Amino acid sequence: MTAQLEADRLATKPVSRFRETIRALLANKLAVAGLVVLAVLVIVGIFGEALAPHGLNELDVENRFAGPGADHWFGTDNLGRDTFSRILIAARVSLQVGFIAVGFAVVVGVPIGLAAGYYRGAVESVLMRAMDVLFSFPAILLAIAILAVLGPGIGNAMIAIGLVYTPIFARITRGSVLVVAEEVYIRAARSLGAGDGRIIFRHILPNVMAPIIVQTTLSLAFAILSEAALSYLGLGVQPPNPAWGRMLSDGQDFFQQSAWMGVFPGLAILVTVMAFNFVGDGLRDALDPKQKSVIESRGQSV
Amino acid sequence: MGRTLPTGPHGSDGMTGFLVRRILQMVLALLGVSIVVFSLIHLVPGDPVRVALGTRFDQELYDLLRERAGLDRPIIEQYFTWLGNAVTGDLGVSFRNGQPVTTLILERLPATITLAGAALFIAVVVALPAGIISAARSGSGLDYTVSAASQVGISMPDFWAGVMYILLFSLTLAWLPSSGYSPLGNGVVEWVRHLILPAMTIGLISGSIITRFVRSAVLEALNQDYVLTARAKGLTEWQIVRRHVLPNAWIPIVTVIGLQLGFLLGGVVVVELIFAWPGLGRLALIAVKDRDFTVLQGSVLYIAFMFLAINLIVDIIYARLDPRVRVS
Repeated sequence: MTAQLEADRLATKPVSRFRETIRALLANKLAVAGLVVLAVLVIVGIFGEALAPHGLNELDVENRFAGPGADHWFGTDNLGRDTFSRILIAARVSLQVGFIAVGFAVVVGVPIGLAAGYYRGAVESVLMRAMDVLFSFPAILLAIAILAVLGPGIGNAMIAIGLVYTPIFARITRGSVLVVAEEVYIRAARSLGAGDGRIIFRHILPNVMAPIIVQTTLSLAFAILSEAALSYLGLGVQPPNPAWGRMLSDGQDFFQQSAWMGVFPGLAILVTVMAFNFVGDGLRDALDPKQKSVIESRGQSV
Repeated sequence: MGRTLPTGPHGSDGMTGFLVRRILQMVLALLGVSIVVFSLIHLVPGDPVRVALGTRFDQELYDLLRERAGLDRPIIEQYFTWLGNAVTGDLGVSFRNGQPVTTLILERLPATITLAGAALFIAVVVALPAGIISAARSGSGLDYTVSAASQVGISMPDFWAGVMYILLFSLTLAWLPSSGYSPLGNGVVEWVRHLILPAMTIGLISGSIITRFVRSAVLEALNQDYVLTARAKGLTEWQIVRRHVLPNAWIPIVTVIGLQLGFLLGGVVVVELIFAWPGLGRLALIAVKDRDFTVLQGSVLYIAFMFLAINLIVDIIYARLDPRVRVS
C-alpha cells in the first residue's frame, strides 16, 4: 500500500510543475498581454450591463450613424444605439459559447482519447475511426450542417461547435497516452495491482494534461471565431440578443453611411481571438514545447 | 512477421504497404462520412420534404419528391440505394427546384476551384518569402513584424476581413467590383478583377498560417549541425538557406500547403456568401436556408470527398519525400 502511494506521488508531483509553468508564462510578454485582455473580457462578460455607458436598446435618434466621439466612444448604429455598450454586453455570449462548446469537446474528446490510447486494439480502432470521420469535414461546414438539422440558436451552436472540436482532443489525448503508457511508473503501478481506472485517472491523466490545456486555450480562440461566423450567418445567437457576428451582419447594409458600425465589432472579435492565441502559445512554450502550435487547430477552423 | 524497412526514397516495398493502408483508411472514412451525410436528412425533426416545401406545399410534388428520394422504404435499404446512386454520381434531385444535385454541384465547381487556387497562390507568394526571411533574421525587428502580422491574420474573422475590403476597395476607392464571379470566357481582366478581393480575403489568412509553418521549419533546419559546417566553410547566409536549409525544410512546408488547399476547397463558405461567389460553399449555405436537404447532403458529401482526397495526396507526397513516414 505504501508502495502504491509512493507510485501515485511520483506520478503527479503537481506543485513545482505548476509554479514553473506560471513563472515561464509570466516571462512571456505576449502571453501576459493576452492574460490581461482576457481578465478584462471576463470582467466585462460578468458586469457588461453595469459597465456599459448606455443601455442595450437605448436609442439616440438624433445621433444615428455617429462616428466615435465623447458621448459614443465607438459611434452609434443605424438606430442610434451606442456601439461601445452593445459590444460590452455582447462579450458575455461570445465567452459563454466558447467556454461551453470547448468544455463539451474536452469532456467528450479526452475520455475517448484516454480509452483509445490505453486499451488499444478494437476499442482504439472504432473510437479513432469515428473521430476521423468528424475530422473529414471542414469545421465550419460541419457546424452548419449540424445546425441545419438541430435548427439555429445559441444552445445548438454550442453543441455544433463542441462536436466539431471533439476529435482534436481525442487525437491529442490518445497520442500523449501512447507515450505515457510505456513509462516505468505505469508498469510499476500495474505490478502493484492498480486497476485500470486508477492507472488512467491517477497516473496517466495528470501526465497528459499539458497538451490538453494548451489545446483548450487555442480551441477557445477558434470556438469564438466559429461562433462569430455562425452568428453572422444568422445560425447562432438570435435577435434581440446582441452578438459581435450579428452586429456585423445587421449593420452591413448601412456601412456606407457609417463604416464605424462594422469596424468595432470585428475588432472585438479579433482582439479576443488574439488574446486566447497569445495565452495558448505562451502555455505551449511553458508546458510542452514540442507540441505544434495554433496551426493544427486553425487548419480545421475557419 | 517483421516489418520491412524501406530501402530508400525510391524503394517500393515500404511505399506499397503504405499506399494500401492509407487508401483503405480513406475508404473507411468516406463510408463514415456517407453515414453522417445520409443521417442529416433523417435527423431533421418532422418530414424533410414537407419542411422543404413549406408554404409551397403541393400534394403531387410532395409525393413525387418523396418517391424520388425513396423516403418510404426501410432506412437500411434507403442508405444502400442512396450510397449506390452516389457512387455512380446520382445524388438525387433538389427539393426546391427538382434539378439534379450533381448538376448543381458541377456547375459550381469551377468557381470554387478558381477561388481556392487563387487564394492558395496569394498565400504561398506571401508566406514563403515572409517565413524564410523571418527565420533567417530570427529575433530581428523584421521577424517581429512578420510574426505580429501573421498573428493578426490567424485571428482575423474571414467574414469581417471580406466586408472591410469591400468597404475600402470597392465602395470607397471604387477599384474593384464588390461581388460576383466573371467566368474566364468573358475576358481575363474581369475574371481577375472579380477574383482579387475574395482571394485576398482568404489567401492572406491562409498565408498567415503557412508563414508560421515555414518559419518554424526553416528555423529548425537552420539549427542543424550541417548548417554550422556550411557556415564554417564560409558560405553566405543566402547560399546556406538555398542549398542546405530549404531542401530540408521542404517536407513540412509542402504538407501544410496541401492541407490548406483541402481546407480552401471546402471551408470558405462564409467568404463565398459575402462576395456572392457561385461556389460549393454558398450552395450548401443556401441549401441550409431553403431547407433543401438533398442539395445540402450532396454538397457536404462532395466537399468532404475533396478534402479527404487532397489529404490522401498530401500524405502520399509526404511519404514519397520522407521514407520514415511509411513505416509509422
